[in-house]
Amino acid sequence: MSDGATVDGARRKDLIEIRDLCMRFRTQSVLHGINLTIHRGETVCIIGESGCGKTVMLKLIIGLLHPTQGGVWFDGMDVNRLGGKQLVKLRLRFGFLFQMAALFDSLTIYDNVAFGLREHHICGEDEIRTLVADRLQEVGLPPGLERKKPAELSGGQRKRVGLARALALNPEVMLYDEPTTGLDPIMSDVINELILQTQQNKKTTGVVVTHDMKTVTKVADRVVMLYPLARLAPNEPQIIYDGPPEDVENAADPRVRQFVRGEAGERLRELAQLRANAS
Amino acid sequence: MAVAQASPEANLDQPPSTPVHRLGEQVFDTVAEIGDVGEFSILTLIWIFRRRPRWSVLVPIFYAIGVQSVSVVAITGTFIGMVLAVQAYHSFQMMGLATRLGSVINISIVKELGPVLAATMLAGRIGSSMAAELGTMRVTEQIDALTALGTNPVYYLVTPRFLACLLLIPLLTLMADFMGVIGGAVVATQILGVDSFAYWKHSRDFVESLDIFAGVFKSYFFGAAIALISCHRGFNSSAGAEGVGKAATEAFVFSFIAILFLDFVLGLGWNTVYRSIWPQAQGLI
Repeated sequence: MSDGATVDGARRKDLIEIRDLCMRFRTQSVLHGINLTIHRGETVCIIGESGCGKTVMLKLIIGLLHPTQGGVWFDGMDVNRLGGKQLVKLRLRFGFLFQMAALFDSLTIYDNVAFGLREHHICGEDEIRTLVADRLQEVGLPPGLERKKPAELSGGQRKRVGLARALALNPEVMLYDEPTTGLDPIMSDVINELILQTQQNKKTTGVVVTHDMKTVTKVADRVVMLYPLARLAPNEPQIIYDGPPEDVENAADPRVRQFVRGEAGERLRELAQLRANAS
Repeated sequence: MAVAQASPEANLDQPPSTPVHRLGEQVFDTVAEIGDVGEFSILTLIWIFRRRPRWSVLVPIFYAIGVQSVSVVAITGTFIGMVLAVQAYHSFQMMGLATRLGSVINISIVKELGPVLAATMLAGRIGSSMAAELGTMRVTEQIDALTALGTNPVYYLVTPRFLACLLLIPLLTLMADFMGVIGGAVVATQILGVDSFAYWKHSRDFVESLDIFAGVFKSYFFGAAIALISCHRGFNSSAGAEGVGKAATEAFVFSFIAILFLDFVLGLGWNTVYRSIWPQAQGLI
């Protein structure tokens, strides 16, 4: 793989390559020495406790943040060395479903889904109308919703509009940031099903950041678990599990098993210790 | 399992505790902030020339910033003119110069109070609202979503607001000037009994077109400062309701300080230029 911001003609098997990635916000280090390769067509679920850097990693992949060290290579291109039109072109190959959907409040649902198509002059208004209707139908939203504003929708509907907006530009890679957080179990299952359908019908590569094990079981081809940096021993890798979803429950590392089973374990002992110290 | 020993990176999480550290951090933050505002302003100017915002984006922003500010600016201008007449009348009458009231009221309005008050009202009404709106977009990841969709947020969010403030503030200033002149004249001639002919004659003799231009000229700088400061505050809003509220407050406070500072600097600059062209003239901005 070339180090520069270049593309070669052949379709690479390794679509996203993360090398020695470090990210620090002022004095707080969030990611350190991450190495990860995501293959074309696979769906990788990134799990881990809140604050371990999952969302930051997702934003680093698409170049919304700049790493303090290391980098992300997408299809042979160094994301951080791209600028201007090249970076825009690269971003259009991604679809991003944000945690709270991040729909534009001032625009209608129709305008939200049509946003990328209009901004990049991808097709005419008639074609946009058909595409928006198709995308909304794909995510199971009725046509009457198009003229509403995001504030008038439920959480599940907003997520689905977010998904429709992300899919409008036919992305090669879908990035999902906690797609089921804040939704009821039924709507969570609907979203999981939509992720699965997207993966199967559109043959997209997927990176799903979640701590919902049902999502992992349903959509993941591979699971990667990150551990908070502050809790790691010196020189210990931050990725503490990288393997198939079937094996995650019986992983050798007890921290992985605890997370998957939702056992507080040592955290309860730490809490008790803190209370004892306070009293 | 025992809690793992903290890694070297975790040691960085310790905040500096000595006063020297804190002072250094403060200085570093201030310098970084100034640099950031400068970079943000340059980026905005580049995007204005690179790509014109779509009409569907521009029109609602022009409406919100221009049309919806008209009433507030008109009311403020009217009352300022009226208050000036009331306050100045007795002193001028005691000196036997009541008929000269028009000159002092109108020159004050067109050169100073009209532009500064129109800008202050815009900073309060629009600056805070822009910072709150963009701040909410920042914390709800809407700005990230714009970037992820391949659209530059400065181009899409800042340039229309900058253009609206820059192009509409001169009109709002003229509106404030006009209403102030009318308010002052109504109070002076209809309530305080100053002779109408003398009031307008002295006004016309004293206030020149250049004075009105001086006020309008300054307003362009005020409009640009309000837009850049408010949008920058919104873009850099910290998380939560408190962060957005802080951004909105800072947008107004910093804009207001910038207006007063620019008023002083531009006044000084204008006078220097004016006197170099007309050395005998006494016109001050």
